[in-house]
Amino acid sequence: MQLDTLPLNKIARIVDVDWSQLGEAEGHRLRCLGFEAGVEVEPLHRGWLLARDPLAVRVGRMTVAIRLAHASAVTVAPL
Amino acid sequence: MSALPLVALVGNPNAGKSALFNALTGARQKTGNYPGVTVERHSGRISLDDGRPAELVDLPGTYSLTPTSPDEAVTRDVVMGRQSGERRPAAIIIVVDACNLDNHLRFALELIGLGLPCLVALNMVDLAERDGLTLSAEKLSAELGVPVIPTIAVRKRGLDDLRTALTDALTTAPSDANRALNAPVAPGDLRREALRMAHAAIVAERPTRRTTRMIDSVVLHPIAGPIILFATLFAMFQLVYSAAEAPVALIEAGLSQIQDWVMRVMPDNLLRSAIIDGVIAGVGAVIVFLPQILVLFAFILVLEMSGYMVRAAFIMDRLMAGVGLSGRAFIPLLSSFACAVPGIMATRTIEDPRDRLTTILIAPLMTCSARLPVYAVIIGAFIPDQRVVPGIGLQGLVLFGLYLSGIAGAMLAALLIRRTMVPGRSLGFMMEMPRYQLPSLKDVALGLWQRAASFLKRAGTIIALTTLVLWALLSFPQVPNGSAKSQIDHSIAGRIASGLEVVVAPIGFNRDMALALIPAMAAREVAVAALATTYAVDAKDEAEAEQGLRERLRAGWTLPMALAFLAWFVFAPQCISTIAVVRRETNGWKWPAIMVGYLFALAYVAAGATYWLATSLGL
Repeated sequence: MQLDTLPLNKIARIVDVDWSQLGEAEGHRLRCLGFEAGVEVEPLHRGWLLARDPLAVRVGRMTVAIRLAHASAVTVAPL
Repeated sequence: MSALPLVALVGNPNAGKSALFNALTGARQKTGNYPGVTVERHSGRISLDDGRPAELVDLPGTYSLTPTSPDEAVTRDVVMGRQSGERRPAAIIIVVDACNLDNHLRFALELIGLGLPCLVALNMVDLAERDGLTLSAEKLSAELGVPVIPTIAVRKRGLDDLRTALTDALTTAPSDANRALNAPVAPGDLRREALRMAHAAIVAERPTRRTTRMIDSVVLHPIAGPIILFATLFAMFQLVYSAAEAPVALIEAGLSQIQDWVMRVMPDNLLRSAIIDGVIAGVGAVIVFLPQILVLFAFILVLEMSGYMVRAAFIMDRLMAGVGLSGRAFIPLLSSFACAVPGIMATRTIEDPRDRLTTILIAPLMTCSARLPVYAVIIGAFIPDQRVVPGIGLQGLVLFGLYLSGIAGAMLAALLIRRTMVPGRSLGFMMEMPRYQLPSLKDVALGLWQRAASFLKRAGTIIALTTLVLWALLSFPQVPNGSAKSQIDHSIAGRIASGLEVVVAPIGFNRDMALALIPAMAAREVAVAALATTYAVDAKDEAEAEQGLRERLRAGWTLPMALAFLAWFVFAPQCISTIAVVRRETNGWKWPAIMVGYLFALAYVAAGATYWLATSLGL
């Protein structure tokens, strides 16, 4: 399952990140923000009203805002 | 100061670096620029335990030594000793957020790998405790091979220990100061190593960040979130007016006392006229707005320091995406409401070059505080002070409308710029959402003081000079006695303005307005100063000079003219410093030229449309 489809407040573990789907700069930034296989993630908030974008997600002990397009590169396994 | 050992403060964004810097240096700070780039250099003097001084420099926060923005490149270049105009640091203080060890240690390891004497400030240990995280500084120190000092920057805890450790680091030979991994390590390994060390240092752990999660569930709520954001912004603009009222009155009273005093002690001659009509009338008209500007800056500082600004960016991301930008652009744009110069400099945190350029080009459309004086005077003179509904005045509403026009113009411009001049896919929106923090009063005060000082410096130099020059242009040549001509018509400035009037007459501007536009290029607020000076010089007697600027305006301008003048100031690029900073940030004249061109065109069309529409409506 991809991170963008993981329901809010559902805890999961990152299985894999498809770095090839992301540009070099995007990949680097995502890595800096803690996205790496084995890390625990939990989607917390979405944008206003019915918008699904952007996504606030807990990554380890940090909360990070990303867009769904990037979240879709992250494969997760719900815990 | 080059003889002093340089100590660099480095760390991830949101590690509490600046608070630590403030706590260590107090008010002994200097703000400058790195040559060639517009990254601000914050430095300050500290005393070591043995009494020796050292220079502490606060480097921009970054996640790694692989930079993604100009700010981050400076950090890398300084710690590697490659930044021109900067000596290589003798030691590095790595600031690490205790709550975020697994992320921050990765960068710490990278820095330790450089081989400079290092020490780690394990910052915000109190918040970590509250978060349910008990850490062992000893264990972490053993893992990293460098001293680790627990600190709470906002409460000044651990500062003495930090100074002692720094003294040791600077006296010990660099070679044995750290026995760390000097060989380059693959990013993945570094990350795994950081995780392992973080876990080794954690003594006990409970689930994370309760308070922050609770606040976020309200302010990021899909419906309540945007309402809270807009209520906050609305309150901010209302407060700019109401909270500043008393101090404004105080400054006005003070100015008129100074004026009276000069009147009494000086004979009636040209010099007195220069001081009263030139300097006091001009500079005074601008200084009066200091309280409003400070209220605005205070709001922005508190929003930034508390961590709410990033949430605002999160909420705004959807809207910004609609015009091809990201939520990141919201922070520089909101700062531009105070002043476009720091706003444009703040765009350096935007990683995507296209997003950044677009944000720079539209930042001047955000209503900066320098427009406030202009708006305030014109609105005060022409818009009746009446309530639309209880609690909301017509004047405030018009002001809000002017702000909205600027925003609408900016959105439209962004859309067009993104489609035509800088096309292409953007990086999107990725940013860390830090914990909420109660901003420390001292840090807010320090920030406000720096801004007040730079505003007063501007008023004392550029503005004083331009109003003085304008006074001279208005006063010479002197109208001969008995002539029917007014002093303005006879003066050099009057003649220049009469030429300019031909250009601006189609949009409803008269000669006085054309005259005010010229010095307003130095700084927008000078338009008010210029009008004040113009009408002071033109006054036939003392009584008329004392008649307020508002009455003079009301007598000389019609409502459509006033509205056109306001519309002009919503869009016109009336500020040399903004143009200069755009040139620096974009490395050339191409983009500032494009910006000035499109903004003047927009201003001309908007002012003209407003004038003719208002006239045809019979206003």
